[in-house]
Amino acid sequence: MKKEKSLDRKYTKGRLRRKKLWSTFKLALATCIAAAFAVAFLLPIILTITNSFMSSSEIAANYGSIFATSSSGGRVYVAEKVNLKFIPDMVSFSQYSTVLLRSPEYLFKFWNSVILVGPIVLFQLIVASLASYGFARYRGKLREIVFFAYIILMLMPYQVTLVPNYLVSNWLKILDTNWAIWLPGIFSPFAVFLLTKSMRRIPVATIEAAQIDGAGEWQIYRRICLPLSRGSLCSAAILVFIDYWNMVEQPLILLTDSEKHPLSVFLSKINEGEIGLAFAVATIYMVPTLLVFLYGEEYLVDGITSQGGIKG
Amino acid sequence: MKKHVDAQKTVLTKEERLLQKTQSREEKKALRYRKRHHGKETKTRRKIKLVSALYIAPSFLGVLTFFLVPFLVVIFYSLVDNPISARFVGLDNYARLLKNLSFKTAVSNTLGFSAVAVPLAVILSLVLAVVLDSKIPFKSQFRTFFLSPLMVPVASIVLIWRVMFDFNGAVNDVLVSLGGPKIDWLKSSYSQIVVVILFLWKNLGYNMILFMAALSSIPRDIIEVARMESANPFQIFWYIKTRYLSSTFLFVTIMSLISSFKVFREVYLLTGDHPYDTIYMLQHMMNNAFAQLDYQRLSAAAILMSLAMIVIIGTLFLVEDRFGKDVEG
Repeated sequence: MKKEKSLDRKYTKGRLRRKKLWSTFKLALATCIAAAFAVAFLLPIILTITNSFMSSSEIAANYGSIFATSSSGGRVYVAEKVNLKFIPDMVSFSQYSTVLLRSPEYLFKFWNSVILVGPIVLFQLIVASLASYGFARYRGKLREIVFFAYIILMLMPYQVTLVPNYLVSNWLKILDTNWAIWLPGIFSPFAVFLLTKSMRRIPVATIEAAQIDGAGEWQIYRRICLPLSRGSLCSAAILVFIDYWNMVEQPLILLTDSEKHPLSVFLSKINEGEIGLAFAVATIYMVPTLLVFLYGEEYLVDGITSQGGIKG
Repeated sequence: MKKHVDAQKTVLTKEERLLQKTQSREEKKALRYRKRHHGKETKTRRKIKLVSALYIAPSFLGVLTFFLVPFLVVIFYSLVDNPISARFVGLDNYARLLKNLSFKTAVSNTLGFSAVAVPLAVILSLVLAVVLDSKIPFKSQFRTFFLSPLMVPVASIVLIWRVMFDFNGAVNDVLVSLGGPKIDWLKSSYSQIVVVILFLWKNLGYNMILFMAALSSIPRDIIEVARMESANPFQIFWYIKTRYLSSTFLFVTIMSLISSFKVFREVYLLTGDHPYDTIYMLQHMMNNAFAQLDYQRLSAAAILMSLAMIVIIGTLFLVEDRFGKDVEG
């Protein structure tokens, strides 16, 4: 009897040990996978940043052949080798000084980006927060249909929405001006969707209490719904900002004058002559988004999460 | 003992009866109130309805002018021979479009790309979410790392991709040093692989967040119970977690499908207006049509695309209805 019991205990002990070993192994595996992906995800970003600290001549020596061939249409098979380097031979700020002080065209393009994106983010949020108050305050059949149309519109790719945008811009004679980007951007329904979802989560009792205290609709919107959906406003601002900071399709089609193009389009047109400062320009271009990310990661995550379950 | 229970029961029923009585009394009161103030009640309600409609007005007018009304015109354009003479030609434009070689290439490339990229995006992001759901160290740092590509503009990163995937680039260097062949990544049918990699790099983080939210919403006690019933981890994953994930699974699939139509951005920034044949995307075709101002082709393509999207979105809604209930009920 006693012997049997100890055997049993021994058995469980062995099993326990094996189980523990297995879970350690699993944890190690998971960590390895995570680390591998993290390296793959971060490598291009880090390389761009480190390369921006190389001097122009070092860049030209390392990558010159690539951009020489790809800019001249046909491919010339140069025997030259490309050195992808992590750390510059000599840290230099020459790229930055050239970009910031001596070649204003990049700063102009950067300014184009700012001037195109800023108003869109600001006014889309204003228009959308008003509309989502309307959608959340009263739910009738007609309103549900309109909201449904907004969702479908939100999911449509550029191949669909750019054609109507182009037509209207053409009629209004705003093609090739910033308005052609601004106006469709401001009325784009994405933020409406996100904010309506958050405003519908505000308890009816809160609103009714305010009403009983004598608040008008504007006061309810301004003093209750807006402050309570501050988080979603931040999420929407971040998501809209990334989306438009990244835009390529709209300027390509709606702005034929390449002087007005934002940096996102212009960067791809860099060729061998300017390769020496391209990395600095690229780094400068990602700084605003990285800053936003640093301060607003939680908002970003919340924004993405509340997109899950579109109908909500 | 039994008697006691019975007694409690009767007490309960008494309380219940009392509750019912008060409830019905209050209901009657409310009904009487409503009858007396009937007109007034609906008036405030109507006022709310009208005033809150004013809040929607700016947005709705904008959507109407920039999206909905011109979209009707797009439908009209797709059915006439040209915008000026406006002769009705039925589905001729569509037939012409479907016969168009560049349209066919663009569609098959885009669909082929989606067929590869979307399943990979779903599976890999699920793997990442599961990994982050386990007890690994530096969890929040890893999440930040996985999300960072989402925030970096494609244009900034394209330079490095070009250096990596050039014929003389870094990837080929590694391949050659391993004894492999040199591949012309961007100007051969391998270019599709490059585009898939770029797409995954950019979009995995987004999907991962959706999966992480779904994973954390699974009630812990169900898993606890299953573990006590000696279910193994695989069974727990397969029979419990996937059931709770199913709606997210389909949502992620469809969102990835939608974002796979946007991969033009990467392709354009990497290779310009005229890429290698196998990565000639729908948007390239649209850009060319815009350049020629071929309204008929543009409209027909936009309409076809929107029909396809409506089918996709419709599936999303149906599926969400069905699976959402499955888990909740």
